[in-house]
Amino acid sequence: MIQIEYILIVSAVMMFAGIFGFFTRRSTLAILLSIELMLNATDLNFAVINRLMHTGGHEGYFFTLFSIAISAAESAVAIAIMINIYRQLKDTTADKLSKLKW
Amino acid sequence: MTNYTEFLYMHEELGLLAVILLLFVCDLLFCKDSKRGGVYNTALPVILLGILTAFNLLPLSNLPFEALGGMYHHTPMDTIVKSTLNIGTLVTFLMAHKWLARPENLVKQGEFYIVTLFTLLGMYFMISSGHFLMFFIGLELASIPMVALVSFDKYRYESAEAGAKYILLALFSSALLLYGVSLIYAATGSLYFNQIWPDASSSWLLLCGLSLFLAGMGFKISLVPFHLWTADTYEGAPTVVTGYLSVVSKGSAAFVLLVVLAKAFTFGGVKLDWQVALFWVIIASITLANLFAIRQSNLKRFMAYSAISQAGYLVLGIMGGTEPAADGSAQGMTALVFYLLVYLAANMGAFAVINVVEQNSGKLAIKDYNGLYGTNPKLAFLMTLCLFSLAGIPPFAGFFSKFFIFMAAFNAGFKVLVFIALVNTIISLYYYLLIVKAMYISKSDTPVATFKSDGYTRAALAICTAGVLLLGIAGWVYNYLDSIAKVSL
Repeated sequence: MIQIEYILIVSAVMMFAGIFGFFTRRSTLAILLSIELMLNATDLNFAVINRLMHTGGHEGYFFTLFSIAISAAESAVAIAIMINIYRQLKDTTADKLSKLKW
Repeated sequence: MTNYTEFLYMHEELGLLAVILLLFVCDLLFCKDSKRGGVYNTALPVILLGILTAFNLLPLSNLPFEALGGMYHHTPMDTIVKSTLNIGTLVTFLMAHKWLARPENLVKQGEFYIVTLFTLLGMYFMISSGHFLMFFIGLELASIPMVALVSFDKYRYESAEAGAKYILLALFSSALLLYGVSLIYAATGSLYFNQIWPDASSSWLLLCGLSLFLAGMGFKISLVPFHLWTADTYEGAPTVVTGYLSVVSKGSAAFVLLVVLAKAFTFGGVKLDWQVALFWVIIASITLANLFAIRQSNLKRFMAYSAISQAGYLVLGIMGGTEPAADGSAQGMTALVFYLLVYLAANMGAFAVINVVEQNSGKLAIKDYNGLYGTNPKLAFLMTLCLFSLAGIPPFAGFFSKFFIFMAAFNAGFKVLVFIALVNTIISLYYYLLIVKAMYISKSDTPVATFKSDGYTRAALAICTAGVLLLGIAGWVYNYLDSIAKVSL
């Protein structure tokens, strides 16, 4: 049987890879991908904790399901906004989103 | 057999859903193209939402109840907060009239009402949640459509950029929040708010989870150091949406933070831990936002920093007490809800003036307001009332709401915090008066031309002015809120 620590370490690495990507990536789409990585890490966390730590109920699984659905909706809205920006700027690099500042 | 009558407990949510569906149908029937859009314009949504608000204005019973196996936990205070949010949305609809009547917006006016009401529905669920899943769904239902609202002006680049900045940080914060919730789940084995407290009182896992959760909520309430999206989003979004964002969205998130902390995290040492965290967050929010507000030249950015510092005061209400005091009063919650009510009137009033000036002249910079008193004296006067109330000058409601917040925090033992907040009130007085000075004293060669505002905007301004003037005088409001708060904690 796989120990819970191994899977939690994987999810923690995914989470921090996502955070690192969020802060260092230049393309807004890559930033979006990093966020998806973070959300997937949390989904993994919930499923694993439910499967190996608190086996009584199914709360973790349900949370995972809802969280996947909601993050899909969020990505859809985010990509729609990126498309709108691309139409006006012909570019979606984060550096170019600099009209509003200070 | 399932007992379906428990759905009737959720009549506030169901009523709002009925309003949304009705508006859907009306949008389909009456708003086919921009030429025939006049049929369906502001009056219907305002009337429907007004009916809903009137029916659910005050709580019917003084007992909390649960539905959906405890996932939905409703207290009498929730009804009051929902009514407050309803009134805020109503004012938003009223002031949106002129903006939505523009040719490019007339086609999508139905979407504006429906999307706004969906965010309101999300806030309803978030407020009445008893479980982290319900809370999370409500939070996302409140924030995803909000992004669509922020980038509502499709052909204006600033609006899209504001939307991009908002959604990237909203997604980031909800990922942090979810990770925190998963750690809380690991530490306690339950996601129900009232079952979180057993054995694991001071485990590191729970602390990590709580701090990530607080970071996620900090983004939603826009507290320093999680405030970086605020100014850009507020400036880029349509002014109507900025008003909605700064009052309704922020106020509901602040109340939810109080509810979650009160329901789930009051045991053992954990309470001290989040109090220490919030202590520094409040000081940073109020002080930094005040310092940044002084140097702004765009009025919407200025209001954004003002809103960050007001959020600091709202969270100060959370410090004031998540439990009933020794004498049975619930000062913290009462003060927070009263502050929310007054803040709604004052901030919405200010945004209604900003919006009507923008719609009629296209001007948004602070120096454009030079000489406003000469051309539009009534508007300048109303703006002054609202700004004085935001600053907390005595005859207006803002003074009393700030006073109650400070009193609650002082009684809870945070004397240093109250002192710092008081000093900041004086700083904030300076920059609010800058606007007043621009309107009354500074001369301008090209002042905003004299105009007559439309009836809807006048109604919005009347509601806000009544709130600013009357809430300070009517002491029974505070007493009534306190009696409700006692049975809600």
